[in-house]
Amino acid sequence: METITLTGQIFQYLVTGITVGSVYAMVAVGFNIIYNVTEIINFAQGEFVMLGGLIMVFLHVAVGLPLILAFPATVALVTLVGVLLDRLAINPIRRPTVLSLIIATIAASILIKGTAMFIWGKDPFDLPAFSGRDPIIVLGAVIQPQYFWVIGFLVLIVIVLTFFFERTIIGKAMSACADNPDAASLVGIDVKRMVLLSFALSAAIGAVAGITMTPIALMEYDRGAMLAIKGFGAAVLGGLGSFPGAVIGGLILGVIESLGAGLISSGYKDAFALIVLLFVLFFKPSGIFGNIEISKIKRF
Amino acid sequence: MLRIGKLPIALFAGFIIIFPWVAGKVPAIGNYTDIMVFVGIYCLITIGLGLLMGYAGQISVGQAAFYGIGAYVSAILTTRYGLNPWFCMFIAVLVTGTIAFLVGTPSLKLKGHYLAMATLAFGIIVFIIFNEEIQWTGGPDGMADIPGLSIFGFELDSIEKYFYLVWGFVFVILIFTINVIQSDAGRALRAIHTSEAAANSMGVNVSKFKVLVFVYSAILASLAGSLYAHYLNFINPSTFDLFFSIKLLIMIALGGMYNIWGAIIGAGIITFLSYEWLHYFEEFEVIVYGAILLVVTIFLPNGLVGLPGMLKELFVRQKSNE
Repeated sequence: METITLTGQIFQYLVTGITVGSVYAMVAVGFNIIYNVTEIINFAQGEFVMLGGLIMVFLHVAVGLPLILAFPATVALVTLVGVLLDRLAINPIRRPTVLSLIIATIAASILIKGTAMFIWGKDPFDLPAFSGRDPIIVLGAVIQPQYFWVIGFLVLIVIVLTFFFERTIIGKAMSACADNPDAASLVGIDVKRMVLLSFALSAAIGAVAGITMTPIALMEYDRGAMLAIKGFGAAVLGGLGSFPGAVIGGLILGVIESLGAGLISSGYKDAFALIVLLFVLFFKPSGIFGNIEISKIKRF
Repeated sequence: MLRIGKLPIALFAGFIIIFPWVAGKVPAIGNYTDIMVFVGIYCLITIGLGLLMGYAGQISVGQAAFYGIGAYVSAILTTRYGLNPWFCMFIAVLVTGTIAFLVGTPSLKLKGHYLAMATLAFGIIVFIIFNEEIQWTGGPDGMADIPGLSIFGFELDSIEKYFYLVWGFVFVILIFTINVIQSDAGRALRAIHTSEAAANSMGVNVSKFKVLVFVYSAILASLAGSLYAHYLNFINPSTFDLFFSIKLLIMIALGGMYNIWGAIIGAGIITFLSYEWLHYFEEFEVIVYGAILLVVTIFLPNGLVGLPGMLKELFVRQKSNE
């Protein structure tokens, strides 16, 4: 049997780290969209990812819809859940405070998790990879074709969002709500609709993350919380609210986790990202790309 | 609402004193004394967490970690080194307080959701440590043969005796906490909740007070953990998972976070729900909890304790409309 060199091994960890990191980056982007418009940290963000994976399994594997149909249908359904989250949990709170908003999204997250357990049970589900499972070997590292789909969708999301927020009128209106909701409503922007839109958009991106990662990592009902906190770690590492920051933060976190699990201890795999999160919160809460001045004018 | 009279405490103490005797007479609620031991243990945690949330306006989603550290320090020191359980309980409080100080000081300088996320991350890390450090904690299998407690050679070897011990703790903590709330420190805390900037300009050292309350809440959770370990004589990590932290939040939110009685009522209801009344739902009880938490957050921002006030306000408004 061929011996694996250390360089090859590290290259392997880097490749898986970047792939996992892309998923965290997508979750982080979802956090940022809602945070930028509403200043809410949505603790149910990870549930979107979980739902994306499990609904896709249902539509593609159980119902048998072709990939090209099941994918958009899944995204649409999860987007609907995002809309419901805003309408049923966030919008009805009459005098929102940081505390009540955090508690409301936590409540929503355990409701969604419980419902998913009710529907799908506790077993993990697999999804066929989009373009087969014949790995490509580069420098002794095994690269699954699905890795390219994950990274590719991250790139696509970043391009589309950049265009959306900088070039379209709705995108600009959403950014205006982030800067100053009162001023935004004075110039005729429907702030409540923009909040709704941010939840929808964020849910859709979460769904894409879930759909693309399931062929690599399987999916079960209780993955949401861990994905959410790692995605939040990525968002904080890059600077809460910054899209390039979310991507860089996600990739760094993914690589640290992959190297830590491979070289130090696999039992502590989930702890590495969380330790990084704590360190960033304690020593540089504004993150790599975050702006302290901007974070100071935020209400929460 | 701010002044807490002696009468409710005396009535509540009377209720607790006769509880085991009544439960012993009525077969249908014969096991309720046992459940009330857990209610008392959880009350210790929720009194601290309620102070943190309702009075200091901060949130911890990692309280299970402090509860767990208390339990594990007690368990490890008593079973591995044969030390006196009361001494171990004291050491556990010191350890937990120090950790809470180290975690709280930097995170409490940040805004609301950062403490929530920092404590959430901290809670998960501690949970992973309980599972992974098998040579110390026994890993997922947990630790058995934790000794019981005794006072001056008098063994607390029955449910009733332990019941009075735990509730003795609860009353001491309850009275102490009420005194804190009604002192200058309590006023400072409420000022922080209303407006940090205003409190600061009035000369309140905001970050010091927030850290102090955070450490106090962690110490109470640690005490509760030690009492839990010595009561069951067995612990394993799953007791101290993320969901338990969330359950504590549900207790506070349901009872009402702006009133110390809310912490006790919430702990009572949720404990009886999970030990007795929700058996039918089995593991799907999580859906019930989610629904309770959401409904309370939207419709009862002051919890059950705030319900009479809300109804009164509604009644007055109706009258003035006529």
